[in-house]
Amino acid sequence: MANVSIQQVHKRYDDFHAVKGVSLEIKDKEFLVLVGPSGCGKTTTLRMVAGLESITEGKILIGNTVVNDLPPMDRDIAMVFQNYALYPHMTVFDNMAFGLKMRKFDKTEIKKRVDNAADILGIKDHLTRKPRQLSGGQRQRVALGRAIVRNPQVFLFDEPLSNLDAKLRVQMRVEIKKLHQRLATTSIYVTHDQIEAMTLGDRVVVMKDGLIQQVGEPLELYNNPANRYVAGFIGSPAMNFAAVTIKDAGGALMAENEAMRIRVPDALKARLAPHAGKPATLGIRPEDLRMANGQDPADLTFEAIVEVAEQLGSEVILDLTAGTSSMVASVEPTVRVRPQEKVRLAISPAGLRFFDATTELAI
Amino acid sequence: MIEGAIWRKWVFFYLPLALFLIFLLFPFYWMVITTFRPDNELYIAWRRPNYAPFWTWNPTLDHIKYLFRETAFLTWLYNTMFIALCSTLISLFCGVLAGYALSRLSFPFAGGLGTMIFITYLVPQTLLFIPLSDIIRNYKLGDTPWSLILTYPTFLIPFCTWLMMGYFKAIPKELEECARIDGASRWKAMVYIIIPVAVPGILSAGIFAFTLSWNEFIYALVFLSSPQQKTVPVGVVSELIRGDVFFWGALMAGALLGSIPVAIAYSFFVEHYVSGLTGSVKG
Repeated sequence: MANVSIQQVHKRYDDFHAVKGVSLEIKDKEFLVLVGPSGCGKTTTLRMVAGLESITEGKILIGNTVVNDLPPMDRDIAMVFQNYALYPHMTVFDNMAFGLKMRKFDKTEIKKRVDNAADILGIKDHLTRKPRQLSGGQRQRVALGRAIVRNPQVFLFDEPLSNLDAKLRVQMRVEIKKLHQRLATTSIYVTHDQIEAMTLGDRVVVMKDGLIQQVGEPLELYNNPANRYVAGFIGSPAMNFAAVTIKDAGGALMAENEAMRIRVPDALKARLAPHAGKPATLGIRPEDLRMANGQDPADLTFEAIVEVAEQLGSEVILDLTAGTSSMVASVEPTVRVRPQEKVRLAISPAGLRFFDATTELAI
Repeated sequence: MIEGAIWRKWVFFYLPLALFLIFLLFPFYWMVITTFRPDNELYIAWRRPNYAPFWTWNPTLDHIKYLFRETAFLTWLYNTMFIALCSTLISLFCGVLAGYALSRLSFPFAGGLGTMIFITYLVPQTLLFIPLSDIIRNYKLGDTPWSLILTYPTFLIPFCTWLMMGYFKAIPKELEECARIDGASRWKAMVYIIIPVAVPGILSAGIFAFTLSWNEFIYALVFLSSPQQKTVPVGVVSELIRGDVFFWGALMAGALLGSIPVAIAYSFFVEHYVSGLTGSVKG
């Protein structure tokens, strides 16, 4: 068990700056998720921790040791790859035992550890098989088993679930979570899937273009996104954005555009006041929108035209246009609307977010 | 596969396939039939009555007996086998290591080096034997098996290197990365993971290299002179064609027996060999 410290780390390829000064402190036993679109530097960062990529600048510490120049084998880590990377010519047992054999464990200890790991992962019956005889989920379990037998200080996961089908992915996600609860090994997990990030991470790091956008607990990212990018990335369906102008209307602040005129809640008033008269971006999550009824104040509702209604059973996802901006609303399953119908939507004021129009930072 | 009526399958699949097979196999058939045909049937006019050019009613082993009694055919076979095996092993050893290095290690000029190795393969042997014979003479290797064992790799190593480079590139690099995280050094990861996974590729490179050196003619003709040192292709041609007299029966017997080891090698490894050429590794 150990903490991992990434200090001002850069990675430059010949003409590409992949990671631009990332600093992270991963606490002992923590499960940290790096999430972002492809090419954001998350995998490169992970590979630098693993020792598979050299570090151009900065320092990485595992425990209290600077590992910049240590080869992967001496870092006491285990990594699970997206394509499983099982050794195709070895049985499941040998796959899991390989790391222990390389480290010269004695045979009885190897057997004990492999059996134990196979037990935890439910692959005891497959130990004599070759990887090609296993299903995708079983292969990923073997890859996990190969990581846990060594009892390393840190687990590194590089999009381990991306090659699985949707149903299996959910199942394996739960298993990884259980595994972490059981073993409590410090883990760094890379994914592009924000749902995996939200469900697995003790803390989540959102990255983009080689820079950290925000670090925080999943709910913190969901509730208080630091900028428009994080707001749009976390949550599904994604947050709606509308360009508005902030106007001072006799003491009350209004966010206006051609389709809506929304009163800024008192809690945000102080922060938005300096932006009066300037453009801003209004953000509202689909789940903070509902069909308006007669009691809703006019300055917390707006009109929109339904483009598509998707009935999911537990909710209806409405694709709408309000003026020039398209919106998505997640409303009660009892709502029945037709395409091109004009509807009135109400906003939960607690869900309103504002972002600076130029810096895109949260206001 | 061709869909539709049965006649389409026959016309577009079986018939062309059969023609192709006949075209390919006829020389072998001719070799076999000539081997077993007695001399008095061999040297007669085509248009003679009752002459069956594609068959014989009086098969004989005379030519094979002649080959073994009157020429050093067994020695040639042994020479060819020894030379082909040694040069194949040397070339595979170098080719596997070079192919690995060129495909996996990033070092300056790796790409250019790979191309240069390939270019050496493109220099025709009919030119290269001239400088090589000078070298062979200087090192006093002429008329020994080593003159061939050491010169065959000049075209076998580039060949094996390129075949292995392609094969190594098809192996996911995560396998090796995982092994290195698991505690293997680069060398151990290569020995325990990459090379076992590459066995089909190594086998097909080996079979190809073996066949190339088994059939090689020019270097063997130039560098070997005494009958006891010759390889099968050179021995058969130089000892069984005397002036303008062709000992067709014995010639064909020599060709037939000489091609059997290669055929056996192919048939043993045909599956590996095909998967090695198509280069697929499934994780």
